[in-house]
Amino acid sequence: MIRIKDFCYWYPGQDQPALDGIDLEIPEGQFCGVVGPNGAGKSTLCYALSGFAPHFFHGTWEGELQVGKRDVPRSTLGELAGEIGLVFQNSFNQISGARFTVREEIAFGLENLGLKRKEIERRVEETLALIDLEALAERSPFALSGGQQQRVAIASILAMQPKLLVLDEPTSQLDPRGTQEVFKILDKLAGRGGTTVVLVEHKLEWLAAFADRVITFSQGRIVLDGSAKKILADEKLLKLGVGQTQFTQAAAAVQKKKFIPRSRPLPVTLKQAQKFFE
Amino acid sequence: MKLSFEGVFFTYSTGVRALDGIDLSIGSGEFVAIVGENGAGKTTLVKLLNGLLRPDGGKVVVGNWDTAEYSTAQLAGRVGFLFQNPDEQLFERAVQREVAFGPRNLGFSERKIASKSMSALKTVGLADHAEDNPYDLAPFERKLLALAATLAMDTPVLVLDEPSIGQDAAGRRRIGRILRELHTMGSTILLISHDLDFCAEYAERAVVMANGHILADGLVEKIFAQNDLLQRAAVFPPQLVRLAQALKMPTAPLKVDQFVNAYSQWHRRKKRA
Ligand SMILES: Nc1ncnc2c1ncn2[C@@H]1O[C@H](COP(=O)(O)OP(=O)(O)OP(=O)(O)O)[C@@H](O)[C@H]1O
Ligand SMILES: Nc1ncnc2c1ncn2[C@@H]1O[C@H](COP(=O)(O)OP(=O)(O)O)[C@@H](O)[C@H]1O
Ligand SMILES: [Mg+2]
Ligand SMILES: [Mg+2]
Repeated sequence: MIRIKDFCYWYPGQDQPALDGIDLEIPEGQFCGVVGPNGAGKSTLCYALSGFAPHFFHGTWEGELQVGKRDVPRSTLGELAGEIGLVFQNSFNQISGARFTVREEIAFGLENLGLKRKEIERRVEETLALIDLEALAERSPFALSGGQQQRVAIASILAMQPKLLVLDEPTSQLDPRGTQEVFKILDKLAGRGGTTVVLVEHKLEWLAAFADRVITFSQGRIVLDGSAKKILADEKLLKLGVGQTQFTQAAAAVQKKKFIPRSRPLPVTLKQAQKFFE
Repeated sequence: MKLSFEGVFFTYSTGVRALDGIDLSIGSGEFVAIVGENGAGKTTLVKLLNGLLRPDGGKVVVGNWDTAEYSTAQLAGRVGFLFQNPDEQLFERAVQREVAFGPRNLGFSERKIASKSMSALKTVGLADHAEDNPYDLAPFERKLLALAATLAMDTPVLVLDEPSIGQDAAGRRRIGRILRELHTMGSTILLISHDLDFCAEYAERAVVMANGHILADGLVEKIFAQNDLLQRAAVFPPQLVRLAQALKMPTAPLKVDQFVNAYSQWHRRKKRA
């Protein structure tokens, strides 16, 4: 689905590339988590995947970046809109402001895709139900709490049903139940729906439970790549500033005290941790 | 400085009742976490403390001031406020000016303004960015800048609305340390966060909100161990508490070292038995 070869990207006027020789292939239907310290290039990867770098941010690039059959940096944002959805890191900026209600806000992107009225209505209702926004449908998207606004931002992209979903810290303001719900939705879309999901997320516990794979960024490069459970247990994450779940930290600390043999692999989920300590 | 909400109601102009009878008092120097579902009323509640919103019933008291009798500018000298969205807070063209804005409005001397703002920038790790434009900063840096602007005002009360969002592990730890330091110095701290692991590590008392009400209020170790209660507010216990529960350990550890100690004891006891 995604094929990136030796891709570099420079923001305008920068000598240092924000993406520095990225090689990455992601198969269709994979749920791929992205972690890394602040400033590592996670958001820039999201912009590159969705064409916002270079089409919105300008700057220069080299290498290859394909999504499906599309050559992303050589396509227009208009061509990409229906195929690749991006949920921005800052949901406050995602609300278009062009419409009066949450329902209309979600319909807005679909209208731009040129869908038929009936289809738009169907998708809007489906999405409102999916992400628990029915009670807020008639409210103004600006008269909402931070977390409610973030839900609207996610919903307006989900409604477009892109083949590739790119989400940049989409749960940062969601309550824990809302976070879990979003992970479940993404898991379903990836598993049965064949949607490819690229998710930047600091909440490692949920990545461990749901993602197929985790890639780790540092200074514009991919430094670790593998199954979610393997990467999240890797102690290099500590040095990189990504941190680890408290399950993993507690397990490592107990191993140091020699209550549990070193050979036992570190847990990253609650279930694994329970087994580890029993 | 102590705070109190007495029978407080608030309804937005859209007709949404965001606070539905809130009674809460917070002692001077307490470190309180406010948790609960999206839309519970957390942000609305704390915005009453500095007059950004005014209650339509009840009384909000900051120290010995009934907020009804004071302007937002006056209250800003007592209550420092980190916004959930830094865009609501940042509007200057240089980082340095942004941080100096609050202290200048409070009428600090130029010397005090310079020293407070520089030390606040150092504390959050943005000293190297003093000359930059806030709009060129990354989102996580904008949040830290907003925190510096709040710290520079040197208020006895600090309200932090979701300070750790968008921060990596190092950033979360830095913010946690800043809060702990302020707490030891006697500041009264209100921390709103969905990150219960973070709250567990730093706060002493927890207030759980849902639907404009306070569902529960008490010591963090008591409140964060009550799954059913937290569930009603769309929240799960911290990771270590859930782990201890899964292992049927008799304690609710809040930090990794507490877990390790509790586990060591429990392990020894189990071995003997
Ligand atoms: N500007 C506004 N105008 C109208 N209603 C609002 C406004 N801001 C918030 N509300 C509503 O008031 C209620 C409480 O919102 P508030 O922002 O206080 O919640 P919160 O607990 O801070 O939630 P979150 O965790 O999502 O930040 C919600 O029903 C919300 O939709
Ligand atoms: N709009 C921009 N203009 C210039 N530089 C930027 C811009 N956005 C990000 N950068 C820089 O690119 C690098 C990667 O940033 P980013 O992709 O936002 O990282 P992350 O999302 O991992 O925190 C950083 O050095 C950052 O300062
Ligand atoms: Mg980012
Ligand atoms: Mg809020």
